[in-house]
Amino acid sequence: MITKRLFIIPFVLLSVISGCGDYGSRDALSEPEPVGGPPLLRRLTESQYHATVADIFGSDVPVVARFGRALRSDGLISVGTGEAGISPFSLEQYDSAARGVADYILAAERREKYLSCAPENMSEFDENCATDFVQTYGEKLFRRPLSDAQLARYVDAVKQGSAHLGDFYAGLKYGLVGLMTAPEFTFRIERVDQDSDGVRQLDAYSKATRLSYFLTNSTPDQELLRAAKDGELDTPSGVEVQVKRLQSSDKFELAVRAFFTDMLEFDLFDDLAKDSEIYPAFNSKVAADAQEQTLRTITYQLLERHGDYRDLFTTRETFLTRALGVVYRVPVPSRSGWEKTEFPIESGRAGIQTHVSFLGLHSHPGRSSPTLRGAAIREVFLCQEVPDPPPDVDFSAIDDPEGNPMPTARDRLWAHNSQAACAGCHKIMDPPGFALENFDGLGSWRQLENGAEIDASGSLDGLDFSKPSEFGAALSQHPETPRCLAEKMYRFAVGRDTVWYERSYMDYLIAKFEDHNYRVPELMRTIALSKNFFAIAAHQEHIAELADRSE
Amino acid sequence: MAKLSRRSFLRGSLQGAMVGMGLPLLNCFLNDSGKAMAATGQRIPVRFGTWIWGCGHIPELWVPEQTGREYVMPAHLQPIERYREKLALLSGFDVKLDGVPNKPHVTGCFGLRTGIPVPDRQVKAPTFDVLIADAIADTRFRSVEVCSAGIQRSYSYRDAGSPNPSETSPLALYQRLFGEGFQNPNNATFTPDPNYMVHKSVLSAVQEERQALMRAVGAEDRQRLDEYFTSVRELEQKLALQLQPPAPVQNFLLPDSPNEAAVDSEISNVLENHRIMAGLLARALQCNQTKVFNVLFSDTASNLRRPGVSSTHHTLTHEEPVDPKLGHQREVAWFAEQSMLAWRDFLDAIDGIPEGDGTLLDNCLVLAHSDCSIAKSHAVEGIPAMIAGSAGGRIRTGFHLAGNADPITRIGLTVQQAMGLPVASWGGLSMETNRTITELLV
Repeated sequence: MITKRLFIIPFVLLSVISGCGDYGSRDALSEPEPVGGPPLLRRLTESQYHATVADIFGSDVPVVARFGRALRSDGLISVGTGEAGISPFSLEQYDSAARGVADYILAAERREKYLSCAPENMSEFDENCATDFVQTYGEKLFRRPLSDAQLARYVDAVKQGSAHLGDFYAGLKYGLVGLMTAPEFTFRIERVDQDSDGVRQLDAYSKATRLSYFLTNSTPDQELLRAAKDGELDTPSGVEVQVKRLQSSDKFELAVRAFFTDMLEFDLFDDLAKDSEIYPAFNSKVAADAQEQTLRTITYQLLERHGDYRDLFTTRETFLTRALGVVYRVPVPSRSGWEKTEFPIESGRAGIQTHVSFLGLHSHPGRSSPTLRGAAIREVFLCQEVPDPPPDVDFSAIDDPEGNPMPTARDRLWAHNSQAACAGCHKIMDPPGFALENFDGLGSWRQLENGAEIDASGSLDGLDFSKPSEFGAALSQHPETPRCLAEKMYRFAVGRDTVWYERSYMDYLIAKFEDHNYRVPELMRTIALSKNFFAIAAHQEHIAELADRSE
Repeated sequence: MAKLSRRSFLRGSLQGAMVGMGLPLLNCFLNDSGKAMAATGQRIPVRFGTWIWGCGHIPELWVPEQTGREYVMPAHLQPIERYREKLALLSGFDVKLDGVPNKPHVTGCFGLRTGIPVPDRQVKAPTFDVLIADAIADTRFRSVEVCSAGIQRSYSYRDAGSPNPSETSPLALYQRLFGEGFQNPNNATFTPDPNYMVHKSVLSAVQEERQALMRAVGAEDRQRLDEYFTSVRELEQKLALQLQPPAPVQNFLLPDSPNEAAVDSEISNVLENHRIMAGLLARALQCNQTKVFNVLFSDTASNLRRPGVSSTHHTLTHEEPVDPKLGHQREVAWFAEQSMLAWRDFLDAIDGIPEGDGTLLDNCLVLAHSDCSIAKSHAVEGIPAMIAGSAGGRIRTGFHLAGNADPITRIGLTVQQAMGLPVASWGGLSMETNRTITELLV
């Protein structure tokens, strides 16, 4: 594994192995030989499921399902999708969603919109019409044409259903329910093929799917499936045309949002609770708006302004609603909706790490936590892994029974530095956390904690700061900041952790990212156009090629 | 046996295979082999469940000084004094770490439930509730997971990639159990809905792709696909159940739908939601919607809190100074006692439903346990546990047993055996054991 795991040893900050890569004679801006990984079986994420249903059937179609908490692996849900299974509970949910969709689109008043044919007699099976329906929606749902056997199987299901229920549309309903509970729909099942040189790579439809979920967070559209069918995705120029098309579509923004929602761990908001007596301003609207605020700030900075990724940690420009204005103590004149605004310099606030979506998420229900925040800065933005605390820690020094006052978190955590087992990690986690102590457990500004002045100064791996805004500048200048983004973006794209043999490829991505002045859309383009993106590692012989798919 | 006369009376009636409806309804009778049967002629199933509370106990307030039947319940067990005859108290059993790093509040819980301690949530074996469900579940739901503290997770895992999520809202639980697809067992008439038949057969069609798909993926993914198809087959079986008339159930009353409630970790909300969900679960068990359940009262790193207080139960365990007069942490003890009060609420719900010649609880085996013993130091030695209910006569209760630092897998092994699983040995490395707790088995 390429490892960004920073095993923390007191007083020594290990540098990251991939950062010491030997470029040799190779030009850092040209792609090394592809390494690739295994073909994956990836479960659709909740947002992908919703987007896919909306793209195939229309955005008005209701999805009645409660998806369980997604599995996060190597810092990303996208990687977890390659490991997650489907419990009986999850399948119940897919089944219920499928029946909801089928009932909706086949309702008497809507079915015409979804069908290009109608049976002569509604109570009888119509083979041609059923075949047309299964073929059309089967290809969209499975992201590739159905095999003959699949087609026959689902048409037969429609036939049985029509006969039993005496209603052709009821038969169609269950045919569709079958397609939507099949693993070919709920999982993205990648297939392997060989290119003309005998190198193993994804087959054309798997390429279309990988591209599409990476660049639009949704299912391949008609044009992309056509390009796959016509062999255009097997040539670099063909891929380039599609990448350009997808990146300039409106849906590209949804992919950027999906990535940052995943990276920033917004799924944790599902379990977030705040004490209503301590933080009366917090409610479910604030929680939802806080996430949206950060996503709007990101897409504005990265897409609209085509800005440098690193500026996300220093920008004061943002978008607020009135509910958020209460927390930030910034007046928001509009009664409802979003307003573009700027945090005043004297607010001390700059960068997405000073948003409620970060500060409130990484805090306790009734107070801030420099440790949780510090660990999150390390893990989310710098790809450094902070080990768990040792199991047997004596915390009693934190509340000194002798009554010595320890009004601030810095005072209390200082106690840890007297214990060697704690000091190692806390010296790494706490400085970035202390830098944000001027923000309480929800994210509102405070000068004092328990009557004592808060000291937000410190050093981030050698970059000194004395207040929150300077900490943001240090984070934006940290060499690991853009490296971490490039690595997470690649993991997000391919759905797995990077492997050791990909280290020169990672160096290539990072060099290109730098060369593009840290523009995120260019990074995504570099990944999508690279040979490594579709490559399948050698030694996957145990996987049959798709030859026997038609049985 | 006090029921002898009743048995003799009914033995005659049983020769005719069915008890005529004209007979006065008797609560229960026993058949020739002495197994409990309901008045309806159905064998009463034995159910298995777990009930987890976080952050352990205060040993001097929880662990009785005496073992055996004549023990005195310390202060924190006082709330459940009235159930002492239906409880087997198990203290002093350890999770043996074998050098595995102890992830606080996680390693102990999974060590107890899978027999193999892990340094994270990547379990190496299924939790025992899943193994038991595999063996006994023939009901509409394979198992039902609920959490009253607003956390969607559970400690029920088939493997690391597929935990069973918990229901956190009483209303959502109600809808899942008694909403669409629920058939009241006491409805006068039964008409099978042909939709279920069609739905079931399309799920068979979905499974026909199995072989082709299995060949197309690598070994690890094959396992995940296999699990997928198992879930599809279960859904199919569930639909098959809908096509048969449900067995009538004595004393069953469809519960009322609960109101939308605040779902969070504030203690009064947690206790209230827990009471409602325990009641719903009890009714679902009574009418055979599931045979297996897992209740998470509070998460293992307990997020319970009192309104307006900045510390949670978990943070208090580390930060609250020991009260010199009491000799323990006062606030932590308060939360520990609340956990036992909640456990009593749970027992009230299950024991409050008459079944056979006893109560629903008598036909259950509920294992209550925590994740650690002393939360302040995350100790996994002496994790408190107890069994409630006699599993339809298979489990002996009414005593306190000290484990004397035996591996806690002895408990997991014994409950699997009590539930009828043919398992002789269970657990990994020093946790591997073939030593059944014979005191528990009848």
